[in-house]
Amino acid sequence: MDTGDSVVQLDKVRKQYGSFVAVHEADFSIGRGEFFAMLGPSGCGKTTTLKMIAGFEEPTSGRILLEGEDVSDVPPHKRNVNTVFQQYALFPHMSVFDNIAFGPRSKKLNDTEVTRRVQEMLDVVRLGDFASRRPAQLSGGQQQRVALARALVNYPSALLLDEPLAALDLKLREAMQIELKRIQREVGITFVFVTHDQGEALTMSDRIAVMSEGRVEQVGAPFDIYSRPESLFVAGFIGSANLLPGTIASSDGGSTRVDLAGGAQVVVSAGNSADNVSLSVGTQVTVMIRPEQLSLGAAAGLSIDVTDTVFQGATLRLVGRMVNGTEVSAVLPVDPQRVTPAPGDSVTLSWHQSAPYLLDGWPDNAGSTTTNVDSIEAAL
Amino acid sequence: MLVLAIGVVSIGAGWVSGTTRLVALSVMLVSVVVLVWTAFMGGLETRRALAPYGLLKPGILWLSLFFLAPLWSMFQMSLSSKQSRFDFFPDFTWEWSNYSTALTDFAPQFTRSFVYAAVATVLTLLIGYPLAYVIAFRGGKYRTILLGLVAVPFFTSYLIRTLAWQNLLADSGPVVSLLNTLRLDAPLEWLNIMDNGRLMNTPAAVIGGLTYNFLPFMILPLYVSLEKIDVRLVDAAMDLYTTASGAFRRVVLPLSLPGVFAGSLLVFIPAAGDFVNAQFLGSPSTTMVGNSIQNQFLRELNYPLASAMSFVLMAVITCSVLVYAKFMGTDDLV
Repeated sequence: MDTGDSVVQLDKVRKQYGSFVAVHEADFSIGRGEFFAMLGPSGCGKTTTLKMIAGFEEPTSGRILLEGEDVSDVPPHKRNVNTVFQQYALFPHMSVFDNIAFGPRSKKLNDTEVTRRVQEMLDVVRLGDFASRRPAQLSGGQQQRVALARALVNYPSALLLDEPLAALDLKLREAMQIELKRIQREVGITFVFVTHDQGEALTMSDRIAVMSEGRVEQVGAPFDIYSRPESLFVAGFIGSANLLPGTIASSDGGSTRVDLAGGAQVVVSAGNSADNVSLSVGTQVTVMIRPEQLSLGAAAGLSIDVTDTVFQGATLRLVGRMVNGTEVSAVLPVDPQRVTPAPGDSVTLSWHQSAPYLLDGWPDNAGSTTTNVDSIEAAL
Repeated sequence: MLVLAIGVVSIGAGWVSGTTRLVALSVMLVSVVVLVWTAFMGGLETRRALAPYGLLKPGILWLSLFFLAPLWSMFQMSLSSKQSRFDFFPDFTWEWSNYSTALTDFAPQFTRSFVYAAVATVLTLLIGYPLAYVIAFRGGKYRTILLGLVAVPFFTSYLIRTLAWQNLLADSGPVVSLLNTLRLDAPLEWLNIMDNGRLMNTPAAVIGGLTYNFLPFMILPLYVSLEKIDVRLVDAAMDLYTTASGAFRRVVLPLSLPGVFAGSLLVFIPAAGDFVNAQFLGSPSTTMVGNSIQNQFLRELNYPLASAMSFVLMAVITCSVLVYAKFMGTDDLV
């Protein structure tokens, strides 16, 4: 990303409460017109980072630059960013119109300009008929759009959204994801979006910063983060994965052979590893294979005892155990011509040679990340 | 229910007597029987429909007996005329002159009452709002304790507390000596708060007593309405380019108006009818209408005039509350 046209830039930003470090040296920049997500489990520091950009929290050290200017100690009302709050925080004593007009009126714009801008925003969020209603008379999705309009009407350099869809139910959330994208394209303003929902981040964002325990683990496009995670945390948190611990048996520059803890051996193609993996013999590594990269068939591969099969419509989820008990899951296309495995069967799973991917270190919970309740709970 | 209430009122007020009373009693009895019978024979639907009235019954009976009945008898009394000083059962004669006497002879007391009560209400608002604000927004884990402290004075009798102020404000008491040492007596004289070096028996003392005694009634409703305000609304306002004072003026203050309204009523109404503060902290030149009513009732034994004064007081308070409600427009608030 070209930092020359960055709207928001975090320069080694750190936030500490007493001895607790909420954010460790966050260092990234967000480009103009970008839809940027900060993704991570609760307590990972994403909301604190957002609040620092908004100005509600001051960084302990480091600088925050807005349009190239250091705003680290500028109060929120003097920063040209606006926030869509988690529960929207609409003013209950004001009509939709007055809510949206709040910012422009604070800036002492004249009445015709205020009305023009508010009308424009009401059209963008398609709430033209609701201008005189009170927030309490609107549905959740409508309140959400009022909150958006109230922020966008100020033409901010960046719009900050704190879990904006968390209060909506699933169907509405999916519709609002598309609506948010549409609005962002229409107004062309940078959106910085905080969420704990990886699906939301993957579908909506141009780039994602994955955070965990106050650290930014990886910043990248959704495809890169999904296919080339830099750490075990990112691999487990984004999508589902089979994380198989092992040690490097040999490496000849082209491909690397890994002895899995379960006895099997996996060949990893050159370049299919995180940047921080050392390929010397004996290194403890984890082989990641996504469930959809596994298929039934060939003789060579991973032998598992099937424990469960779940029919999902277009696909079949197969869960089984390796000899050493490690759980593995595979997502297979449903094929009516073939007999589907049943619990108790022994099958061999194989994969394309480009599928296995190497990560540094061993995971806390080996095996499939989608069937391990503990690791899922820890991530939430 | 209506029949029952009217019956209770009329018998309680001694409105009916002899055979009429018997008739009234039997009508009430029949209505109770009919009510019970429909409840039992009408099945679930009827019983469900009647349930709210059943729940209202204790309240309606209580209010009929102890509020409506006395009110009615007082109204009758206010239009009666006494034959002699010791005529304890004056005849009901549509004596409207009681009202004109109340308004002409006691105009200064009425005016004083409303002015004192209004000033005390404004003062409690000025003192109570910042206090309630701090407890609600900055109280943190001490909120409950601080709120408890606001209610602590209630553990001592109202009368004792007012008498204690007598000692505090006495001519050689701590407050006056402190003011003299600080050389604040001259400016206070100029402001008409002190009078010839005294604090006692001045309007300021009476208003001060009213303010002190009714302050908790202002703080508690204010706290309730402030506590309900989501602090993120203030963040949102600041995010939308207002300063802290702008956020207060445009968001917090409008949202706390129901508390201001409730608190003002709870202070103004009892303060306007109060007689304790004027009696213990004031002088004959600061008597309020409450003192005059008490005087007419207990010393002059002029029940008709005292009743008429009470009705005038009630009417003026009701009107001023209605006007206030109209201007505050509280039903417009969420």
